[in-house]
Amino acid sequence: MRRILPIWLITIMLAVIISAAGTSYYISSISREKRTLVISTTTSLYDTGLLEAIEKRFEEKYPIDLYFISVGTGLAIQHAMRGDADVILVHAPSKELKFLEAGYGVNRKIIAYNFFVIVGPESDPAGIRGLSVEEALKKIVDAGRRGVAVWISRGDESGTHTKEKILWSYAGFSWSSLKDEPWFLETGSGMGKTLLVANEREGYTLSDIGTYLKYYGAGLIKLKVLVEQGKELLNVYSVIAVNPDKVPKVNFRDAMIFIKFLTSDEGQKIIENFKVYGYSLFYPAVKLLRENVNSEVVQWIKEYAYFNGTECPVKYRREYPELYKD
Amino acid sequence: MGQNVQLSIAENTQNSIKTRTSIIIENGRSHMVSEIIEGLKHAINLIISGDPSVLDATFRSIYVSGSATLLVTVWSIPLGILIGYKKFPGRRIVKGIFNAMLGMPTVGLGLILYLMLSRSGPLGILRMLYTPYAIIIGQAILITPIMVSFTANAIEDVAPEVKDLAKTLGASESQASLAVFKEALPSIILAIVASFNRAIAELGVALMLGGNISGLTRVLTTTIALETTRGNFELAIALTIILLLIVFALSFVTNMLKRE
Repeated sequence: MRRILPIWLITIMLAVIISAAGTSYYISSISREKRTLVISTTTSLYDTGLLEAIEKRFEEKYPIDLYFISVGTGLAIQHAMRGDADVILVHAPSKELKFLEAGYGVNRKIIAYNFFVIVGPESDPAGIRGLSVEEALKKIVDAGRRGVAVWISRGDESGTHTKEKILWSYAGFSWSSLKDEPWFLETGSGMGKTLLVANEREGYTLSDIGTYLKYYGAGLIKLKVLVEQGKELLNVYSVIAVNPDKVPKVNFRDAMIFIKFLTSDEGQKIIENFKVYGYSLFYPAVKLLRENVNSEVVQWIKEYAYFNGTECPVKYRREYPELYKD
Repeated sequence: MGQNVQLSIAENTQNSIKTRTSIIIENGRSHMVSEIIEGLKHAINLIISGDPSVLDATFRSIYVSGSATLLVTVWSIPLGILIGYKKFPGRRIVKGIFNAMLGMPTVGLGLILYLMLSRSGPLGILRMLYTPYAIIIGQAILITPIMVSFTANAIEDVAPEVKDLAKTLGASESQASLAVFKEALPSIILAIVASFNRAIAELGVALMLGGNISGLTRVLTTTIALETTRGNFELAIALTIILLLIVFALSFVTNMLKRE
């Protein structure tokens, strides 16, 4: 029985070594004493790697640590309302408006845009290649009901899912009744997972261009872009600060430094120059909205993502008038 | 397919379908195998080159789950011994509760603790959400039932025989219980190792309470999840292999000790 004693000793020693090493490692990593800013963000921005490029430059410039929490737009807004985020980066104007109206958000700025794409198998059983969004969705429903096509939906209340619902109602259907049809599948997970399912089932789905290119470029999916561009597929990304009056203790000052950085020429340049497999994924929006008032895209953005003719109604602005000097 | 030419059309078609299916399966398999081999190569490269973000996540995983395991040892081993050794009313119910809690879903636990630790939650004042401490606490709660149940079982397995034997050899009550503890010790260490493995391999708690913040709460499992959603499967598999290596190494060391 005595021989068991060394086991005990060695175990304790191991435990002490592990915890000592870990603690010293941890203390060294937090001893920098920086200011921190928590940003709840949509996965399509984070998973492409854009925010890491922004984080790198921002942290060189300011003594503020950026903490990105990458979740869907729905959860990002939940985080902000509970006070667990100082800023949100999202892409669902209808949800953003509710967030502003509930008093939780202030100083919304549109920072970038791109286009969603409808992707599907090369063989394109529903025959939607090159059609308008409305026509394409009608054909998919047709083909689905005939049993020759499947649609894969995110079903997770993300920004992309919100867009999908809008597109269905635009084409004269309702997402909530379609989802019970046998050819209509809900993954309830992120864009990447949904693309993999669509690829596996040879189905159609709505995707943001960034995630699609990443997966396509890495050879993980064979789906092709069948419907692209066009007003209906517009995808607009906004940044919103959490209102310190409504949610006490949020880091409003640093949130505004971050928003100003994102909307500055430097921040916009990072967005413009960010490429995946040689493609630009996001188009900067700030300068465009300020200067090219008459371009087609600006009209589209105004129709889709403006509230009462402005990106942020006056009552939801708080200090920092320089953000809105158009 | 050359020899199939002579066969009837039906058979031919059938065969070609079979061949095609087997080619698809073959392709799928070889693709998977090559991905895993690539992942393995990648893992070795990452370890040798000392990629800072990978090392960072690896050390944090060990630190966080190691701390949770140590913390849990403080209350779970005594509790397990108590349940396994002492006969008291309601003992079965207590044991049943711990056994049932072995099946706690990590995301559910993560969500409950998120609501507690959220700035607007009852423990929000601690400002603990999105720190490694939050993950440590979450994992500690997650693995408590494992350690308690395993310890209780270990004691129960040896208690009656060893106690009787020790008493026949003239041991006092406390000497007999010490003998039971020593006899059960290898199994108790196994309980600790199993708890650590569960903690380091879980995802839900680390994701919900840590938020997978780069350089602060990003551990191996959350990095694997992130790289998977980003489509970087090779890196995700490499990280999985690193995680497995840690678990294997620990089991190996424990086995060596046990054999001594």
